[in-house]
Amino acid sequence: MLNIEMTPARIHEAISWLQQHQDLSVNYLTNIAGVHYPESAGREFAVVYQLHSWKNNLRLRIKGYLPKENLHIASITDLFAGANWMERETYDFFGIIFDGHPDLRRILNMDDMDYFPMRKEYVLEDATREDKDDRFFGRNNNEL
Amino acid sequence: MGKIEDLETINGEGYQLTTLDKAIALARANSVWPLPFATSCCGIEFMATMGSAYDLSRFGMERMSFTPRQADLLIVAGTISKKLGPVLKRVYEQMAEPKWVLSVGACACSGGIFDTYSVLQGIDRIIPVDVYVPGCPPRPEQIIEGVMNIHELVKKESNRRRYSEEYKHLLGTYEIDIDQHAESK
Repeated sequence: MLNIEMTPARIHEAISWLQQHQDLSVNYLTNIAGVHYPESAGREFAVVYQLHSWKNNLRLRIKGYLPKENLHIASITDLFAGANWMERETYDFFGIIFDGHPDLRRILNMDDMDYFPMRKEYVLEDATREDKDDRFFGRNNNEL
Repeated sequence: MGKIEDLETINGEGYQLTTLDKAIALARANSVWPLPFATSCCGIEFMATMGSAYDLSRFGMERMSFTPRQADLLIVAGTISKKLGPVLKRVYEQMAEPKWVLSVGACACSGGIFDTYSVLQGIDRIIPVDVYVPGCPPRPEQIIEGVMNIHELVKKESNRRRYSEEYKHLLGTYEIDIDQHAESK
């Protein structure tokens, strides 16, 4: 599948051009995902757009890398209505802010959750559980 | 002494004597109307238990009520996430007394294999549970045994349970105030 890496500031313009192009007509947004790479300095968060053209049976993936100091990228809800909830999910789990999104708030987690769970620094287990002994799960408390 | 089903009675010429509590309890136990709060795979097992191979309707439970106002038994089958917790609590509060809770499956009993940030680790963190049915998912026979244990509890239930101090204290530990009407919540 064709993977395109772009500067995040131009992604909105590129997707808009692809969507309006008469022959390419990339008219379907399949998925928006986020990835966290804690080791890459300056490119910690990736936003991945998976697009599909029905007419040409063409799938392509556009990636933009964001530094953790400036987690803003333009929202594409004005191009694809389906991007609304997908961007909310990416915000809920990674904290990536989509500028221009009409209603950017948490979608799958509790509204009062104060961290972004899919970032690599957070463990999968609930931090407030008190009824499971960590020794049986292969972790010592001083490693957490 | 005679018997009506499992009820001990004193028999005479043309009459049978028993206590109202016992007669009501027997009637309640044999016509429990469940509310299947079925979320995931255990809900499918519950549907299988409702089917004709492992029939639940022989226990008088074929009339499912999906409104808590008319249900006796809240059957929580499936994974409950933390976001769904307040909804489940509200459904429990809207049920009328007497009510019982059956927790079906590992996820409802203790969070199951989903030891994560988003899954409620057991519904007994938010509502009081009467019978736990472990399993992932439990076989229909196990769900039926859970239901039969509920029947044993129903038969022994006092009619004035809701006014007892012990019950109010128990619900107080879950922050459920039974003197307040559910509609105002």
